[in-house]
This record gives sequence, structure tokens and C-alpha cells, in this order.
Amino acid sequence: MTTLTETTHAPKAPLWTRLPVIHQLRQSVGLQRGMLVVGLVITGIFILTAIFAPLLAPYGFSQLRDANGTFGAQQSPGGAHFLGTTVGGYDVLSRVIWGSQTAITVMVIAVVLSIFAGVALGLVSGYFGGWLDRVLVVICDAVYAFPALLLAIVMGIVISGGRSGLWGGIFAAAISITVVFIPQYFRVIRAETVRIKAEAYVESARVLGASNGRIMFRHVLRNATRTLPLIFTLNASEALLTLAGLGFIGFGIEPSSAAEWGYDLNKSLSDVTSGIWWTSLFPGLAIVLVVLGITLVGESLNDLADPRLRSRRAPGKTAGVVAATSVVAGGTLSAGPGGIEGLEPDAPADNPHPNDDPFEAK
Amino acid sequence: MTTVAMKPPVPAAGRVPKKKSSPGGGIGRYLLIRFLLIFPTIFILVSMVFWLMRTTGDPITAALGGKLGPDQLAVLIHEAGYDRPIIIQYFEYLGQVFTGNFGTTISTNRPVSEVLLTYGSATAELVFYALIVAFIVGIPLGMVAAYWRDKAPDAFLRVFAILCYATPVFFAGLLLKLVFAVWLKALPVAGRATVGSELQMQFLPDKTGIYLIDAIKTGDPAVLGDVLLHAVLPALALGLLTAGVFLRLVRTNVIGTLGTDYVNAARSRGVNEFRLVSKHAYRPALIPIITVIGLQVALLLGGAVLTETTFEWKGLGFMLIEFIKARDFVAVQGIVALLAVIVALSNFIVDIIAALIDPRVRY
Repeated sequence: MTTLTETTHAPKAPLWTRLPVIHQLRQSVGLQRGMLVVGLVITGIFILTAIFAPLLAPYGFSQLRDANGTFGAQQSPGGAHFLGTTVGGYDVLSRVIWGSQTAITVMVIAVVLSIFAGVALGLVSGYFGGWLDRVLVVICDAVYAFPALLLAIVMGIVISGGRSGLWGGIFAAAISITVVFIPQYFRVIRAETVRIKAEAYVESARVLGASNGRIMFRHVLRNATRTLPLIFTLNASEALLTLAGLGFIGFGIEPSSAAEWGYDLNKSLSDVTSGIWWTSLFPGLAIVLVVLGITLVGESLNDLADPRLRSRRAPGKTAGVVAATSVVAGGTLSAGPGGIEGLEPDAPADNPHPNDDPFEAK
Repeated sequence: MTTVAMKPPVPAAGRVPKKKSSPGGGIGRYLLIRFLLIFPTIFILVSMVFWLMRTTGDPITAALGGKLGPDQLAVLIHEAGYDRPIIIQYFEYLGQVFTGNFGTTISTNRPVSEVLLTYGSATAELVFYALIVAFIVGIPLGMVAAYWRDKAPDAFLRVFAILCYATPVFFAGLLLKLVFAVWLKALPVAGRATVGSELQMQFLPDKTGIYLIDAIKTGDPAVLGDVLLHAVLPALALGLLTAGVFLRLVRTNVIGTLGTDYVNAARSRGVNEFRLVSKHAYRPALIPIITVIGLQVALLLGGAVLTETTFEWKGLGFMLIEFIKARDFVAVQGIVALLAVIVALSNFIVDIIAALIDPRVRY
């Protein structure tokens, strides 16, 4: 992550102020700073909860009994079970806390996998162009336009045939989500690559005899990653929502393997009708809070990266380092649906073979 | 060829559409290209779903394996043609999909197209209600947030929008159910109508499957009221999700247009502030919004799956989950393929609308 800061040349600023989040924190003012701080605090609490889950949780996620016998099903909050117990007889508080561990694992795996795959594909596609580029763009457009959850369901069936144990379940969920996200990274990186490819410094590197690989990774990739932290945060929250959605429709991880909020919500569906609120409220609130926190961070970073949306502050200081690299949630605004042209804001100038475009009638 | 407007619709905030002169030509060709683009999209999605689902084995074994002996399975597999080379099955499937034949479900032995027709109307109805909620809530609030940018209403509404997005539809559904159906007992807990109303609609001579229309046809206000009451909570749960997206979208784009010269000019002419936002600033901001609505269809369909499960709303999403539980992958494949077609078509329609409104959107 720190390598990203090398692309922002804030003159003479000490290193720590140039670290991604800290830089934006110093740059923000007023309401935007408030949103960023709230988001960072919630995200921090979430991460800490996940790390220290074994210490924080009063019981194990699959624990049904202690020294005093079984917990009993659907016990109301209070006493030994602060948030009550579920229909299956698990402690709600413990499962909410343990659930953060599952959530963060899936989020990290999903986002890391999709960044690697999406960035690699986008870079190659944008740099070399040609038929490979067109095929990839059409495929990614098709996948992108499709309901993410349905795709994740299909992937879930393929990977695990429904449900499975801890790591099987986690990877099934993470890979399902990855497939959904690859097109987003692909589009952003490809558009940036197409733009950067035409820059003078890439030309000069080529004249100097640099290899394609060197140009791609050293000159293009380094400059194409500006928007990644933004998509990263926006996607992390979407990953959690998709995981919860998968869990809710029964692609969850077995309760004995790990705690998963979406699965718990699914089990609480019938409780609600009989007025039992604690089994659904707390896992649900956990999802909302985490997504809210991460989204607040992502939104604030996004707004700060966009001069049009950035709240104005006293002139000077760090202004001018960030380019207009904002994205809208899910990247929907940066490209039109169903068309590769939407991916290339500067299409005619940057496309080296404009007449080869299959969709361009001659 | 006078294709001046080579640029695609970059629906960035703050771009004001210039009425560029690209006399006449272009739109026909543009629509044709867009129409042709539907086919690769559908083809890719249908193929992807086919190959992915087939990696798990043939549908008969998946659905009935363990229930029947190996010999019986083999007979069934042979009858259904699943023992032939997969590439032949693939081309046969493509041909079937092209003619609207999605196969026969294994668990219920009905044509998938019949299932799609029966339950598709329910999903369409739900999505329609949800869109109404999203428009009513999202668009005015977005304008309010843009007008009072960085002030208290904006801060409040932005958090509201993020909350709409951050709350999974099924959790929103559960909460709404708990408060309005269980505690307040004001609205029905689940389903599309009470049994009585459903019976009344069942005997209509030409029922559509869309309960709103059927209820009107019965001419009984009690049935109509019943159907509408059942729709409130699911529509809210699904609609609020999209309302948050609309709110943010309207806000960003109206902020962009509010800063333009012609808005200032209108203000100096004495146009009142309400009209300024709702007409002068909002109209040009509409184009990116329309473009994104196309993508919202996908989000709504995904959300519909979860909403239908939460409220036992017997639509495509509800059935999809039922078929997954029954491991009936022929039906799953059919539903997913149909949804792919719907998504591709709705994107096409949105592109047409955007092209008709904005003359820059041409090739």
C-alpha cells in the first residue's frame, strides 16, 4: 500500500503525512473529516474485534453448553447470555463477535484475489489491445451487468455444491465474490492503462528499449493504481453484503465450522414472526455497522480525491496532489453499461486501431 | 459520415449536455449497434452459466443421486441425453434458449418456461413497486441534499443513503416485518395476498398473474386493498436499497449542474430556488441517472431474490432458492438465463432512452 504514495509527489512533506489514509485525513475538513473519522473508528473496532474475538467472546461460536448445562434455545437477553440465545441454542453475542472473523477473512481473500486477477487482466488487455482486449471487455461487460448475487450463487454451486466446512465455505464465498468483482478492477485498470500508454514517458521508455514487461509494471501499473484504494474500500463492503446474502439464502458456512451473520439471519427468519427480535437484530446490526464504517471511509476518500466534491479548505497545504480519480460506488458512473466505448473517455485519441473496432460500422 | 460525437456518454457529474449539431444521422445506426450488442452479452452469460453448472456433473445425478440406484439414474440420464458429448449438449442448449425453451425441471417436471411465466410476473410486480418507492424517496431527497450541500440536511441524507446501502435487504425486511407486522400488527407478515383474495383472483377468466391488475379486475376494493397492503413491506425493503443509490446519484449530478453558468443566469433572472433545482439543475443531471437505472435493474433483481425469500413472495427469486435446495440445476440454469436476458434487454432500453434524450450519445 505504501508504494502507492510514491505516485503522489507532495513536495517536502514528511513521509507519514503521505501515507494514504493519513494524507486524506489531514486534507479533509469539517463534515468530510467527521465522516472519515467515524468510518475509521468503526472499521478499527471491527478489525480489533476480529483479531481479539477469542478473548472477547464469552463462549465459542459453536458452543451449546457450559458447566451449568445447555444454554437453551431462544433465551431472551440478559443474565448469562447478554444478547440471548438463538433457535439453535447458540449464544448470540458470541456468534456476533466470532462472525467478524469470518467476515474479515472473506473480505480480505475476495478483495486480494480480485485485485490480482483484475489488475493483471486489465493491464494486459489495455496495454496490448487487439482481439484479446475486445473479447475480455465484452466478457467483463456481460459479467458486470449481471446481478452479482446470482453469479455468486452459481459460483457457490460450482465450488462447494452448496455448503461446506470452514475453509471450504470461506473460499467458496470469497471466490464467488471475486468473480463478481474482477470486471470492476479490470475496467478501471484497463481505462487507466489505455490512457497512460499514450503518455510521452511510455513512448520514451519504449524508445530506450525497455521491454513490454518493464513498461507495463514500472511505468504503467505504478501510475494506474491511483484509484485502487477507493475501489478497495467500496468493494470490501460489497463483499461483506454478498457474503451475508449468500449465507442468508443457504450458502453459508455450517454453524459448527464458523459464525456467519447472514446464516444467523436466515435462521432467525421464523423467530421474527413470533416476536423474537434478538436473534436477528444483533447479527444484522453488525453487518450494517461494518458496511457503514467501511463505506464512510471509502466515500470520504472518494470525495477527497475529486476536486468537485471535496469540501473547500484554506488554500495551500496538500491541495493539488490528488487527481480527479474518484469513482462512484461500484464504478457505475465511470463507464456506460454495455459498451466498451464507455470505458475509454479518450477513445478516439488513445485507441491505436480505431477502425478495427468490431462495433464500429465502417 | 458526420459522426461528430464520437465520444461515448461519459456520465460524469457536472457535464452539461451541449446540444451539438449532428444533423439527423447516427441514431439509427447507434440503435442497431446497441441492439446487436445484446446478443454477445446474452450468449456469454448463458454459456458461462451452462459450463459452470456442468462442471458439477449432470443435473440428474445432482438432483436424484442417492435417491435412485445407479441403473435407474443411468436410464434417466440416457433419456434426457446427458450422456452425449457435452459440446453437442451445449449447442443444443443454445438452440433451445434461442427459441425460448429452457428445458424441463427435474424436481417438479414442468417446462422451465412455464415456471418462468408463472413466477416472473410476481417478480416484475415487486420490482415495479420497489422502483416507485426508490423514485419517490431517492430523487427529491437527492435534490434537497445537493441544494444544502455540506449543510445539516446534506449530512443527514448522506448518512441515510449510506445506511440504505449498508443494510442488507433481508435485514431491512426482517426489521420492517418485526415492527409493522409483528409488533404493530398493521401490515401482513408475508405472502402476496391472503388466501381469500388469491382464491377470488384464481377464478378470473383472464388472469395476468400480476396481482395488482387481477385485483382491479375482480372489482372488489377489499381484494385490491389486501394486495396493496401485502406489497408495502417488500416494496419498502427493496425500494429503500435503490433509493439510497438514486439519492447519491441525484445529489452528485445536481451539485455538478448547480454550479454552471446557466443556473447562475437563471437565478439572476429571478427564477425561484425550487424551480431552479427541480428544473434547471435537475433536467441535465437526468441523463447519467437514466444510464445508471439500467444497472440498477441488475441490483434490483439480485435484491428481489433476497426480498422474496424474506417475505415468502412467490416470485422467481423465491423459486430459485427452492430449486437450489432441491438441487434442480436445470431450473436454476433456466431462471439465471432468463434473468440474463432481462438484464441485457433493460440495458438496451435504457441506452435507447439515453440516446433519445441526449444528442451526444451517437456514434
